[in-house]
Amino acid sequence: MYKIKTENLTALFQKIAGHQELYLPVRNAGQVNYANWSDEAEVDLNVLNTVKSPKDAFFPQSENLYTCKRDGKKITIEPEQLKSQNFVIFGMRSCDLKGVEVLDKVFLEDPLDTFYAARRDHGTIVAMACNEPEETCFCKAFGIDAAEPNADVATWMAGAELYWEPLTEKGEALTEMVRELLDDGSEEAVEEMKTNIRRIIAKLPYSDLSMDGWNGEVLDEKFNSELWDELYKPCLACGTCTFVCPTCQCYDIKDYDTGNGVQRYRCWDSCMYSDFTMMAHGNNRTNQMQRFRQRFMHKLVYFPANNDGMYSCVGCGRCVAKCPSSLNIVKVVKAFQNQGGEQ
Amino acid sequence: MQELVKRASELLADGSVARVLGWKAGDLPYNPEPAYFENEEQLRSFVYNGFCGANLSKYMIEASKLEGKTLVFLKPCDTYSFNQLMKEYRVDREKAWIIGVGCRGKLDIEAVKRSGIKGIESISEEDGELKIKTLYGDHSISYAEAMLERCHSCKGKEHRVYDELIGESEETNDSERFAGVTEIEAMSPEEKFAYFQKELSKCIRCNACRNVCPACSCRKCVFDSNKFDSAQKANTDSFEEKMFHIIRAFHVAGRCTDCGECSRVCPEGIPLHLFNRKFMKDIDELYGEFRAGEDAETKGPLTDFTFEDAEPGVVAERG
Repeated sequence: MYKIKTENLTALFQKIAGHQELYLPVRNAGQVNYANWSDEAEVDLNVLNTVKSPKDAFFPQSENLYTCKRDGKKITIEPEQLKSQNFVIFGMRSCDLKGVEVLDKVFLEDPLDTFYAARRDHGTIVAMACNEPEETCFCKAFGIDAAEPNADVATWMAGAELYWEPLTEKGEALTEMVRELLDDGSEEAVEEMKTNIRRIIAKLPYSDLSMDGWNGEVLDEKFNSELWDELYKPCLACGTCTFVCPTCQCYDIKDYDTGNGVQRYRCWDSCMYSDFTMMAHGNNRTNQMQRFRQRFMHKLVYFPANNDGMYSCVGCGRCVAKCPSSLNIVKVVKAFQNQGGEQ
Repeated sequence: MQELVKRASELLADGSVARVLGWKAGDLPYNPEPAYFENEEQLRSFVYNGFCGANLSKYMIEASKLEGKTLVFLKPCDTYSFNQLMKEYRVDREKAWIIGVGCRGKLDIEAVKRSGIKGIESISEEDGELKIKTLYGDHSISYAEAMLERCHSCKGKEHRVYDELIGESEETNDSERFAGVTEIEAMSPEEKFAYFQKELSKCIRCNACRNVCPACSCRKCVFDSNKFDSAQKANTDSFEEKMFHIIRAFHVAGRCTDCGECSRVCPEGIPLHLFNRKFMKDIDELYGEFRAGEDAETKGPLTDFTFEDAEPGVVAERG
C-alpha cells in the first residue's frame, strides 16, 4: 500500500501524462466528464458520477472504421489505425469497472472487436473507491463493492491523502513509473475507509433493491407483461439513459459522404430511437413501448441469459439522475415487484 | 394538492373525462414523473409539488388521439405551449379539460446538487427554505436558489387557456429575461464562437431537448431520417452538434414559448434556451413585442406578412 498527498496529485498527473495519455474527470462548462489531462484541465475527483460514463475510453461514442477516397477512377481504402499507445484512465468507480466487464463480454468474445481490444490492451485503469455514495446509487443490488475498486490500481481518497494499491502487472508498471511520488501507506487507514463506505452504502435508499425475478429464464413472462404499457408512457424517446449508461453497447455503422469518398464510422445507437435495428424489411419494433421494453429486457433478461447470469446494469444511477421524465431501471424493477405483491 | 385530486376524482367519476394527465410521486424526494390516471385508486399516487416542472402540454398531442377527454394540469407557462400547439393544429381543444394549477416556481434538483448537497434523504420546505436531510448532514437552501432558471424570468402567473383554475401562484420573476442574450451579444465573434464551442462540445446527441420541446412536434424529425446525410445520434464532425442546435433554434423561432424545457432536461446542462431567446429578442426588436402562445389565434410575425415588415439581413442591405 502506498499513498500520496492530494496536493501532489498534479505532480502525479504531470508525471503520468509525460509518458502516456491520461484521461480523468475534468470539469468543462459546469459538467464533469472524462477528458484528456492538460495543465489547464480542471480535474474533479470529488464528483461521483461523470455525466457520461468512462466507457468512451474503450468504446467511443463515434469512431471511424475506414475511409474510402476516390481519385478519378481510382479508389483507395484506408483502414483506421488501431490504438497502439498506452494510456491511463484515472478515477473510475467500481460500478463503471463492472461496466467495462460487461463490455468485455460483448467485444472480446468471438468475433473479437479489434478496435475495442486494442484499447483494452493499451489501457491501464486506476480506480477510486466511493467516499460519498449518493442516493441514486444501487451498485450493491448487483453485488458490486464500492469500497473495493478492483482495477489495475485501486485508490482510496482519505482526507488529504490518496491511498494507492497496485493489483495487476499493469498496475505495478504504472506504480513503478510514479514510485518517486509515492510514500508507504498503512492498510489500517484504508480498512477504516472501506468500513465507512460500506456503512453508508447500507443506508442508501436503493441498496435494498431486490433483483429477484430477473434472470435469463423469465423471457416470456416479463416480455408479455402488461406493465410495459403503463411504464413506457412518460418516456420521451430520447437517448439520455442509453448515452450516459456505462453498459449500453449497441452501435450503428454509417457512411459519411466526404465529397470525394466515404468515411465509414460507427456510433452508439439507442434502442429508444425510431431507427434502432432498422433493416431492409423495416423495423421489428414499431412503437415506443417495444423500444422501452427492449432496454430493460436486454439488461435484465437477454444479457444474463447469454452471459452466465450477469446483468448488464451496474447500478451507477446515471439514468436515475438524468432521465428527463424521471423514469429509470429502478422504477421498472420496483413496478414488477409491486405487481408481484398484489397478485 | 388534495383539491386537485378531489376535482380529478369527480371529473373521472361523472364521466366528464376519461383520464387524467398529471404527475405521479417518485421514489426519491425529487423525482415525480408525468403519468396518466384512470381511477381513484391510481390517483392515490398523484402529486403536485415543486419538482413537477415537466410541461405536460406536449403529451396532449398523443392524448388528443385517444377516446374521450383528458384532464390535464397545466401550470401558467405550460398554457403558452398548449396555445401554440392548438395554433399548429397539433392538439385538440375539445379533447382537453384544462385545470390551470397555481405555480410558485419549480425546483431544479441540479441546482440543489450544484450547491454541493449530495446523498439526499428528504426535502421539506419551511418559510421559503428547503430543508434537506442528507447522509452527510443537514442542509438548507433558499427556494429561489433551487429554482429552475426559467422561473427567474417567468412570463407571468396568468393561465392563457383553461377550463378551471385551482391553487394560488406567487410571482418568481427576479431577473431580466434577455440578460444572458445581451451578455453574449456583447462578445466578439471569436468569444462567441469559443463560448458556444465550449457549451455545445458537451452535447451527447441524446435529443432530449428536441423530444421534450412542445415546438418540436414534427411527426418525423429531419434528423431522424436515414436519407439525410447526417446522423441524429452522433456528430460526424465537430461542427455537427452546433448545426443541430442552430437548425433547431431556427425551426422553432417565432413558435418557441420560452418554456425552458430544453435547458431543464439537458443532461449536460447546456443553456439551450439562450438560442431561442436570441430569436425572441430579435423578433421583439424587428417586429414589435411578441410572445408565442399568448393566444391560439394571432399569426406570428414569422408566419404573417405585411408591407411594413422589417427586412433584416444581408439581402436587404444589398438592396
